[in-house]
Amino acid sequence: MTTIDEQAAPIAIPIRPDETKVERNERLRLLVRSPTFLIGCVLVGVWVVCAIFGNLIAPHNPVAPDILSKFEPPSGQHLFGTDKLGQDVLSRVILGARSVLVVAPVATILGTVLGTTIGLVTGYYRGFVDEATMRVVDAILAIPLIITALLVVTAVGPSRKTLILVIGFVFTPIIAKTVRAAVLGEAQLDYVQAARLRNEHGPYVMFAEILPNVTGPIIVEFTVRLGYAIFTVATLAFLGFAADPTIPDWGKDISTHYQSINAGYWWPVLFPSLAIATLIVGINLIADAIAQLFER
Amino acid sequence: MNEAAIELQDLQVAYTVRGVDRRVLRGVSFSIGQGESYGLVGESGCGKTTAAFAIMRYLPRNAKILNGSIRLNGEDMIGMSGSSMRRLHATTVSMVYQNPASALNPSIRIGPQLAEVFELMGVAKEEAMHQSEEMLHKVQISDPQRVMRRYPHQLSGGMQQRAVIAMALAKNPTLLILDEPTTGLDATVEAEVLDLIAALRQEFGTSVLFISHNLAVIAKMCERVGVLYAGRLVEEGPAHEIFRAPRHPYTVGLLRCIPRGGLRKDETALDTIPGFLPRLGADLPGCVFEPRCGLAKEVCREQEPDLYPLGHGRASRCHFHDRAHELPRVAPARLPAVQAANGQPLLEVANGSKTFRQEGQDVQALVDVSLVVRPGEVLGLVGESGSGKTTLARVLLGLTAADEGSILEMDGERLAGKVEKRSTEQVRSLQIVFQNPDGALNRRHSVRRIVGRALEKLLGMKGRDRDKRAVELAESVRFDQALMGAKPAQLSGGLKQRVAIARAFAGEPRIVLCDEPTSALDVSVQAAILNLLVELQTQKGVSYVFISHDLGVVRYISDRIAVMYLGRLQEVGDAETVFSGPHHPYTEALLSAVPTLEGEERARIRLEGEIPSAADPPSGCVFHTRCPRFLGEICVQEEPPLTEVEPGHLMRCHIPVDELRRLQAEARAVAQSKTTT
Amino acid sequence: MGRFLLTRLGLAAITLFLLSVFVFLGANLLPGNVARRKLGNLADQSAVDQLNHQLGTDKPILVQYWNWITGLLHGDLGTSLSYQLPVSQLIGPALTNSVKLAAFAFVMVVPLAIVGGVVAALKRDRLTDRIITVGGLSLAVVPEFVTGIMLILVFGLWLGLFPVSANAPDGSDILTQLKYLFLPALTLVIVLFGYISRITRAGTIEALDADYTRTAMLKGLPRRTVVRRHVLRNSLLPTIAVIATQTGYLIGGLVVIETLFNYPGMGRLIFTAANDKDFPLLAASVLIVGIVFLVATLLADIAYSLLNPRIRYAAAE
Repeated sequence: MTTIDEQAAPIAIPIRPDETKVERNERLRLLVRSPTFLIGCVLVGVWVVCAIFGNLIAPHNPVAPDILSKFEPPSGQHLFGTDKLGQDVLSRVILGARSVLVVAPVATILGTVLGTTIGLVTGYYRGFVDEATMRVVDAILAIPLIITALLVVTAVGPSRKTLILVIGFVFTPIIAKTVRAAVLGEAQLDYVQAARLRNEHGPYVMFAEILPNVTGPIIVEFTVRLGYAIFTVATLAFLGFAADPTIPDWGKDISTHYQSINAGYWWPVLFPSLAIATLIVGINLIADAIAQLFER
Repeated sequence: MNEAAIELQDLQVAYTVRGVDRRVLRGVSFSIGQGESYGLVGESGCGKTTAAFAIMRYLPRNAKILNGSIRLNGEDMIGMSGSSMRRLHATTVSMVYQNPASALNPSIRIGPQLAEVFELMGVAKEEAMHQSEEMLHKVQISDPQRVMRRYPHQLSGGMQQRAVIAMALAKNPTLLILDEPTTGLDATVEAEVLDLIAALRQEFGTSVLFISHNLAVIAKMCERVGVLYAGRLVEEGPAHEIFRAPRHPYTVGLLRCIPRGGLRKDETALDTIPGFLPRLGADLPGCVFEPRCGLAKEVCREQEPDLYPLGHGRASRCHFHDRAHELPRVAPARLPAVQAANGQPLLEVANGSKTFRQEGQDVQALVDVSLVVRPGEVLGLVGESGSGKTTLARVLLGLTAADEGSILEMDGERLAGKVEKRSTEQVRSLQIVFQNPDGALNRRHSVRRIVGRALEKLLGMKGRDRDKRAVELAESVRFDQALMGAKPAQLSGGLKQRVAIARAFAGEPRIVLCDEPTSALDVSVQAAILNLLVELQTQKGVSYVFISHDLGVVRYISDRIAVMYLGRLQEVGDAETVFSGPHHPYTEALLSAVPTLEGEERARIRLEGEIPSAADPPSGCVFHTRCPRFLGEICVQEEPPLTEVEPGHLMRCHIPVDELRRLQAEARAVAQSKTTT
Repeated sequence: MGRFLLTRLGLAAITLFLLSVFVFLGANLLPGNVARRKLGNLADQSAVDQLNHQLGTDKPILVQYWNWITGLLHGDLGTSLSYQLPVSQLIGPALTNSVKLAAFAFVMVVPLAIVGGVVAALKRDRLTDRIITVGGLSLAVVPEFVTGIMLILVFGLWLGLFPVSANAPDGSDILTQLKYLFLPALTLVIVLFGYISRITRAGTIEALDADYTRTAMLKGLPRRTVVRRHVLRNSLLPTIAVIATQTGYLIGGLVVIETLFNYPGMGRLIFTAANDKDFPLLAASVLIVGIVFLVATLLADIAYSLLNPRIRYAAAE
């Protein structure tokens, strides 16, 4: 085939595959060691354990009213005290993790999948589809997300499924906007043009070419939205739209008891509040650490 | 004996990366006399920019000076306090770097930004504004008052760089450091800026440290040169001597990589430097160049050579400096060249036009372009920004649809405007190698997948057949099979470009567009890629449309050349004719603007003004506003048609070709006489 | 610049139109027949039909929409079904309350967050930065009612410094009003600080890393001057956008805080209206909140274009 002297090839000094592979492993290692990540994992981990093994850990039955022991302050027997109905606050707090941790992640995944698809399509095709979709997105985002969620839940009534769907759909526009912005940047690069020069179809370019390059922002957005989803679930429960009224729920418990603060009964409110706070902060610490990972 | 303006002694700088110190400068020493201009030349990673920032004491946080000294006018700079350093910055040393647009604060007008420099020297505000205006005048900005009130984004690239130079020289510094100041500027604008720098240097008597990877620019601007490799100065001496007779294998190799003096591909292949540029901070016992040196012996690995003085201010860091010119060639000298087939045109574009709508204005990127590409030929496409060459490429490929009335044909068959509407046969016949290998390859796909996918979609190959062919393609571009699983991020620029070339050739194309394929690469890598492109063209008989701003490269590789200005073809003809003349006045100006290593004095033609905006092109001949051979009213009223002034030579000019021939020969004679006297 | 603003105005108008459609559809698709809701499940069907006809809710949806829009443009926001009062009478005080709270919170948080963001950027990656960034963000993501409750517990109950309800007695002077508003406002400050300071930090870092900052430093200017004169004016542009987007939330999204502190703002109004299926009140109040948001973002765009020379003056030569 060729008569050219092979010596023209570069002398076999190997390229640097090590450098970047080491880089990626090292970045993961740095991630795993970073304090923010670790603290976040601990916080979240505790609640995941509670959600899964709640029944085994809880010292008392959380749904057993015992009027005689109502509003007992924290003591050896009831570490977090008892609530209005005499139920052990600690057990309720432990089991309250379950309802939150079932609804929020699923809803966030739903929103991320939908939002990513919309973001990819609008960012890649541009044109009228893009403009129209963005107007609709802007219109939806003009109203605070919590209000939108509230309105829909008021209309159709709360249930686990409803909450998942509502929160998922409510998050879609904002995720779509973020993904679209990332896609716009990528679509300018020449490898996308190169794909056109191979007769590649739209869906292939979007999902096989562009998507792998925007996973960073998507993952970060997912983690942030997860925290927000938990917040929304808790808020809706506070406002009276708990997914399942029969099981313990942090938001609901807070709304039931916050009036009692005036009477000096702070514990049925404080501990569920701390639960929400720590879970969300934990998730955001993880999100922050992952975002730093991609920043480098 | 004057104090040296600046003197570096054994400067060693390292960056701390993940806890490990990586040495970037391994002991660099040189000095620049008062009023002298010194060029520091090298490829990426050699440390030249680090040296500049070390002098300015503006190194990033993770950098540290391990050893050595820097003396400015005899004063030690390394041990200096922050406030003393600031005083130095305000009065004695300035720096100008690449990309003037970003160097200026976008939210502050030019006037205040310039006046700031004077205010730092103790001048009152009003007086400072006055002096700023004078300074702008000195850098040849016409209407300085208006420019003072403008924001940076309202100025063209050339004007911005002049403003930056004004800021740098306002304080009349002892030392001016220029780090790639004209890279990225158009050729004609670059020439203006370089001339300005030279003139101002004379006027102010400033010492200049000129840093660049472009040897020709250094040759033009500098009296003495230092060649930097892997953080070490490997050769030093008077500029013209070093480039005429280098005494270090690296310099020898580097010069052989550049197509100079009108070299053409059928005369000889470019030589290359084997191996790769060393990694940042790599451990290099002995001579830093040894791993890639064709003259290396045992002693080179064991003992690092000193900088042997060679008299006349020359020095070389090589044990065998007297035999440097005997460096064996790496690439064989002769390549079989294929005669450009003069058959039926392969690709034909007629009345090609493209108008964009931008901010409510019609921008004519292409106007009535008619061009032919023959089988087996290389058509070079030359032009500055706004010339339309990139738009033409996109239109040919179908990435952008041309306007109504444009005709695009391949093998006599009409090509649809958009690539999505073309047949697979057509699509695979017309491919491209992009300029920037970073963006051209999907960084999440492996090489195997990138090449394999092209084979799949364009040739319908699958499975083992496809994989086998992918390996063959990799071999044809000298890409190591073992690296097929790597992702682009793990590869160097040259390797990435090889992959891009392999991908372009996957579908067995008939025409490959090369859009500045070597511009983003180091000089030594450029040569290897150019050789590869010539080789592939020869073997497979494909045609190239080769777009480049580097006239030396274009002259080397092209059979025919087309020159574009403001969306219109100005000249098309054989490469040699276009270069030697008679040629279009624009071509003439372009050629005179580009610096060469030989430093020959060509008739230096200065073009007045800036390149007009494509949204508002001049009437008649679009070049008339700047044409040094402007005839008169006819040029303003009537656009000259593209006519065949000689067999195979088309030109768009009112001046008859014989007249041009005579005038240009005269100008050449005048220039020659200036050189000899 | 004129072009830019005209485009933004046009886009805002389209968004506004879409918003009105969504709000109207949303409000009217809430299950529950209006008249039925009013008269109860036991009422006679003919009475329900009659009331529907009276209220105009049996007309085709497009006609209803048109009536509503034209009414709005004339200032008639409809009549509340639950309260039998003109909607404007109900929205007025609620909106005023929300604005008061929002303004108080803004006045406190914006300067604090900008300073925090700039300081964090200047001391990038050092301890101060990590504290401000991580701390700010952690506080921001905690649901506002949790923060509110903590503040109530600490300042209201245990320390007894501030009242727990936000409702000052009628006729109180401005200082007393502020005292009552302090806890909810503080809650908002804690929530918003993280977001605003993060954007400011990002903008400042970008400006600090820019070439023009290097040019300014290499001129010999002291660092403080460089930051003051060169960096700040470029770093605060993104902050404006963020502040605008938070406005919508502040005016209409504070359902929980208003519930917690017993404060009659827009959030509570919307919540009550939704629960009562009071469509006119619901539609109008949600629309008002949306309008406030759109106006705020439009103002932010105007401010941005005024402050960014690249938009104010087109690239001339």
